[in-house]
Amino acid sequence: MAASKFRLTFLLPLLVFVAISGFLLKGLWLDPREIPSPLINKPAPDFHLESLETPGKIVDRKDMLGKVWMLNAWASWCVACREEHPVLVEFSRSAAIPIVGLNYKDTRMEGMRWLAQFGNPYVTSVFDEAGRVGIDYGVYAVPETFLIDKQGVVRFKQIGPVTPELLEKTILPLIRRLDA
Amino acid sequence: MKTVLRAIAVALLLAGASLVPWSHATAKEAAEVGDDPANERHMMSLAAELRCLQCQNQTLADSNAPLAVDLRQEIRELLAKGQTDEQVKAYLVARYGDFVLYRPPLQTNTMLLWFGPGLVLAGGLVALYLALKRRLARLEAMEREAQAGSTGALSAADSQRAKSLLEEENGEGSLS
Repeated sequence: MAASKFRLTFLLPLLVFVAISGFLLKGLWLDPREIPSPLINKPAPDFHLESLETPGKIVDRKDMLGKVWMLNAWASWCVACREEHPVLVEFSRSAAIPIVGLNYKDTRMEGMRWLAQFGNPYVTSVFDEAGRVGIDYGVYAVPETFLIDKQGVVRFKQIGPVTPELLEKTILPLIRRLDA
Repeated sequence: MKTVLRAIAVALLLAGASLVPWSHATAKEAAEVGDDPANERHMMSLAAELRCLQCQNQTLADSNAPLAVDLRQEIRELLAKGQTDEQVKAYLVARYGDFVLYRPPLQTNTMLLWFGPGLVLAGGLVALYLALKRRLARLEAMEREAQAGSTGALSAADSQRAKSLLEEENGEGSLS
């Protein structure tokens, strides 16, 4: 009786230490920059913007109803977008789903030049010069990518570059499920 | 005379410099400013409670990240439209999640955050109470024993033992 009590008083601090270490260890693998989007499983915010390529031509979010599609926020000033871009160009060749670009806080000239230089994976890019649509979508660190279903509901959000691995393991299976 | 004037000038400069950090308005950078100073103050006080998502350890009021500038403009316009602080916060939470709030809301997933420290404190108080109670009981027991010893007579076995010990000591003493 006395011996077990003795052991408990010494084990307790150790147990507390292990518990705290466990939490801290988990914290090492969490990315504080990845904020869960409140938009998941909510209708994608509306937009009604001019196309980047064709000034005057209006693209509306509702134009995409009935399709599973991807919205990719990008900018010519964004370094990580450059890393992501070849992946998207490659993905667009498979023509699995249309990708709409959200050209975020860019200039028309710079945006067009970027597409001419690196290729254009987008069926169209909408020109969000003021970043208002970006705010509605909760964009805070381009590139960001949204997967939106046929009913116009956001099903997935990627913060940071889309990678071939992410396409393979997460996005493509999800598209198959949403398309079914 | 010249040196005295220079000393006074330096003293005035130092006094002026020391005043600057205390005045909030001059410490702030001259950034975008709305037309209505009252609305501007209101916006800034609200923005001080909201997190900038581009530079996460700064508030929207402190940050000069492009997104923070845009969001301040957004808040400015929403307030000018007559929206309340709560409505503006709800607007931002709908877009960026609870993460924008520096004061976490009380929800099921924040229970541990809100009540965890209180629970730890309560646990500590209970442990302290139990430890003190045990110690008090031990002290009382010792006191009782001591009292029993001073008033009551020794048992036969104890007095026999005490006697033999005393004799032993006396024997040793005589040898030295």
